[in-house]
Amino acid sequence: MAVPDVKEKWSNAINAVTIGATKDEGGTRASTVTVGGQNTLPFMTFEGECPNKPVIAGYVADTVPDWPDVLKNAIGDEINSPVEWAQKCVQDFGVDLICLKLLSADPNINDASPEECAKTVKAVLEAVDVPLIIWGCDDDDKDNVVMPECSQAARGENCLLGSAKVSNYRTMVAICKADKHKVISEAPCDINLGKQVNILLQDADFDLKDVIGYQTTGALGYGLDYIYTILERARITGMQGDKLMAMPQICDIGGETWRAKEAVADDDILPGWGKLAKRGPMWEAVCAGNYLQAGADILVMAHPEAIKIMQQTITKLI
Amino acid sequence: MILIGERINAGFKDIKAAIENKDGDVIKEWARKQTDKKATYLDVNLGTASNKPEDLCWMIEMVQEEVDTPISIDNNRPAMLKEAIPVCKKPPLVNSTLAIDEKMDELLPLVAEAGASIIGLVMDETGSPKNSDKRIENAGKIFAKIAEYEMSPEQLFLDPIVMPLKFMQEQAQEILKAAGQFGLFSDPPCHIVCGLSNISNGTTQKSLINRTFCTMMIANGLDAVILDVMDDELVNAILTAELIMNKSIYADSYIEAFRR
Repeated sequence: MAVPDVKEKWSNAINAVTIGATKDEGGTRASTVTVGGQNTLPFMTFEGECPNKPVIAGYVADTVPDWPDVLKNAIGDEINSPVEWAQKCVQDFGVDLICLKLLSADPNINDASPEECAKTVKAVLEAVDVPLIIWGCDDDDKDNVVMPECSQAARGENCLLGSAKVSNYRTMVAICKADKHKVISEAPCDINLGKQVNILLQDADFDLKDVIGYQTTGALGYGLDYIYTILERARITGMQGDKLMAMPQICDIGGETWRAKEAVADDDILPGWGKLAKRGPMWEAVCAGNYLQAGADILVMAHPEAIKIMQQTITKLI
Repeated sequence: MILIGERINAGFKDIKAAIENKDGDVIKEWARKQTDKKATYLDVNLGTASNKPEDLCWMIEMVQEEVDTPISIDNNRPAMLKEAIPVCKKPPLVNSTLAIDEKMDELLPLVAEAGASIIGLVMDETGSPKNSDKRIENAGKIFAKIAEYEMSPEQLFLDPIVMPLKFMQEQAQEILKAAGQFGLFSDPPCHIVCGLSNISNGTTQKSLINRTFCTMMIANGLDAVILDVMDDELVNAILTAELIMNKSIYADSYIEAFRR
């Protein structure tokens, strides 16, 4: 008797989304990045296809984040300039794209003007030739004035803009449509809200094939399991045919990990937990590795050692 | 949920007249209306209006001129199907076969060759099954035949045969019980379908009985249904039942999103 075929077959594929535009496509990027397109669970290549590997976006901010020295030193002095930081991410860390966080726009940080932010966006675009993610400061009112300027400054570059939420999706949809960018659809740790945001984007006539999902990110030890479950369930539902859930997913590993006590507290505060210099990047890498298994397509990462580990992991898994 | 729109059926006067007068517009109008209501398949039934294969093919062609929704050919005569299946642009759903070996041996080769699917009525030479055990026994017979013709379980839609509540009230529970067992035959399972309107035949509360029974069937594994897809309340109940069964993910605008 033949051995029964127990392979899972899915009726639908996750959307393939391309970020960046080359000269021929109206931009100035040397190459583009495509994520998604898989019709099987992560790395189950014996069951289906994973045509595009997960990618790493280098975390770059326009002001130095509140990070421990162990991370700041690993990045180097370049952390003080978004342009140099982005260049180092590409040249030394070998990231696939840059995730530029406009933290300085936050009224509680520098309250930078839309013009200043747009200038940074332009400078980073000129300094590196990989695709760009432009992410606001997470203050809706401020983002609603900052993001339109930044979107225009990056017009034609097919960037990924973050993020569209229930509270601000109209502005994000309008600018992404006008300037031809992709959008991040955000719902904090809530799969039902995630679906609802996508419905709203669809109702606003935004093509869901131009959307990357962001269910927010829980650092290792801080709700990773909740987000893991959501990503996995969204992926399965998307492949079962729910077009509202068939998006590639992004995770902000760097942004979340370096707020976790275990990644930042020194050896004297956490005795027995090992040296921080090793523990910090390991915490980020293990967090990223978990999300990779959950189905994350874009990992935003900060520490060069953690980035290196994940690059090796992705190569081994594919 | 696989929604099979029942309206292009010569049992309806306007369709019968359309076939007799070769008035394609009526067929097209129902094809469009049901597709707009998100029908997955459009059932096409010649009824007593004609017994000519070319009339069945004409109906299918009229539908396909208007929409690209796949066809469910509501006919079980091999001579008709031989002509009609090749006319379908997408693999059709043949409605239906009985659990009788000779019948299946006539129909299944046609279906298998076209990569089509088939509805299997769990009825044999002895007539309508009276209880769930007989339904399950007949389902097993159909299942074995499907395997013989190397068709996958996904190409089979088992129909437990719905009987009118008003006249055979004790049957409803047997039907629910049988449907609950059909999913256990294989992994992946076959589809489970029913002709919904039968349940409310002759009653004064057709719509309410249809949607109540439909949700109970969904709780027992129903994933396809031949229905009046124009009945919004019924479709809303189906969408909701699928949420309750955790078959789809809740969102505040789940009804609107489906109708978009």
